[in-house]
Amino acid sequence: MSLPHPQLDRDGRLQHFLDMDGLSRETLTEILDTAETLAPVGERRVRTVPLLRGRTVANLFFENSTRTRTAFELAAKRLSADVLNIDLVSSSTAKGESLLDTLRVLEALQADMFVVRHPQSGAARFIARHAAPSVAVINGGDGQHAHPTQGLLDVFTIRRHKPDFTQLVVVLIGDIVHSRVARSDLAALSILGAAEIRVVGPRTLVPADVTALGGRFMPNLDEALVGADVIMGLRLQRERMQGAAVPSSGEFFRHYGLTRERLSLAKPDAIVMHPGPTNRGVEIAGDVADGPQSVILEQVTAGLAVRMAVMSMVLGNRAASNAA
Amino acid sequence: MSVHDRTTVDGWLAAMVGPLTDFVVEHPDTAFIGIRRGGVDVARLLHRRVAPDAPLGELDIAFYRDDFGTVGLHPTVGPSLIDFDLHDRALILVDDVLGTGRTVRAALNELFDFGRPARVLLAVLVEREGHELPIRADVAGHRLAVPADHYIDFDAAAHEVRIALR
Repeated sequence: MSLPHPQLDRDGRLQHFLDMDGLSRETLTEILDTAETLAPVGERRVRTVPLLRGRTVANLFFENSTRTRTAFELAAKRLSADVLNIDLVSSSTAKGESLLDTLRVLEALQADMFVVRHPQSGAARFIARHAAPSVAVINGGDGQHAHPTQGLLDVFTIRRHKPDFTQLVVVLIGDIVHSRVARSDLAALSILGAAEIRVVGPRTLVPADVTALGGRFMPNLDEALVGADVIMGLRLQRERMQGAAVPSSGEFFRHYGLTRERLSLAKPDAIVMHPGPTNRGVEIAGDVADGPQSVILEQVTAGLAVRMAVMSMVLGNRAASNAA
Repeated sequence: MSVHDRTTVDGWLAAMVGPLTDFVVEHPDTAFIGIRRGGVDVARLLHRRVAPDAPLGELDIAFYRDDFGTVGLHPTVGPSLIDFDLHDRALILVDDVLGTGRTVRAALNELFDFGRPARVLLAVLVEREGHELPIRADVAGHRLAVPADHYIDFDAAAHEVRIALR
């Protein structure tokens, strides 16, 4: 059964932001352009704009995440929204019923937006389906499914350094199968027309359907790095691994760790990215993470602007359709 | 549709130059700020004639409009460009047309997020009737009344002002 995508209205405008499904290149570009306009707000004397003044954003975190929660919180505050941080980790094994109870309580508190982080794939979509129609849902990462604002901030950062996606060779390295970031990156890069997305990692950590996701599997990192414009490391997600998917951290680093020597195989102006937190000496050498080609901290700053853009567009679209 | 041609518009601009020059003489630290989009074109023209060495900025008010709750986010052209410190400075805020006053209210709110100017003078090429807020131009090239269902547009390329039904 195919339902219409819950994040888009009939005119294709975002009502929630759950994953990259159904998004056009125009919509992604509009989000990135809006983020580009919002980014300098952080440089001003007053670092807020009044767009979401009087609105309430509730961060619903069913999984630990200091970075993402902080980034969403600050983004909402820079839009002048009120922010509730609800820590639901202790009840992360809660049954569907109590989750819905939580939603009802937050709706009664008149929240306008839920930012959801959940260990189960599909949780954000589930919540979007069951939340009151007045509430917008933003996916802050659900299981192994999607982390769409991370995907956005990655393409935002790439675009600042390499504006033409059609010329781009991107290399994703490491634990792809457990990575919602990798899925969202593959989707966003495909929508924006990236020339080639190479996926490198142990076969146990690369999904069988990687071609369908827009990537090309390459077993050898050195070969994959030749001609690369963008190199993206991913965190080894030991907490999501069952059994021995990787022999050891040292073994992983030997085959897939991004070192200075390996980096020299890529284009001289290639950029190095990582969604964090980085495991130095496992996915990436410390001197590469801190080196001149690293844009890892730029990614963090970009995360504010893209989240501000998504929140204001989603709530703006809803305001417009309610008024019409 | 009626059109005010190049000569007429030049006359309106010329009428603004005198009072604006007086202001700049009195406040030598004056900067110009044009409100996107039409105001930026007018600000450039006035800046060139009045004080070409003064700083010139551009304001994009998309995030400060008062209609977010009914029409949502307006498309943005790009971030506001103010690469000088406006704190304690005299400013000439420029728009092409002053109508309801809502754009200027949004612009003032945004300006104050960049700093606290010493004073702000409002200069517009055309001031029309239909104010909805207590905001009036200090300097206007031309004042006129047009029906509420008409819009006024300054075409910088043609250097013309057009008035037509919405």
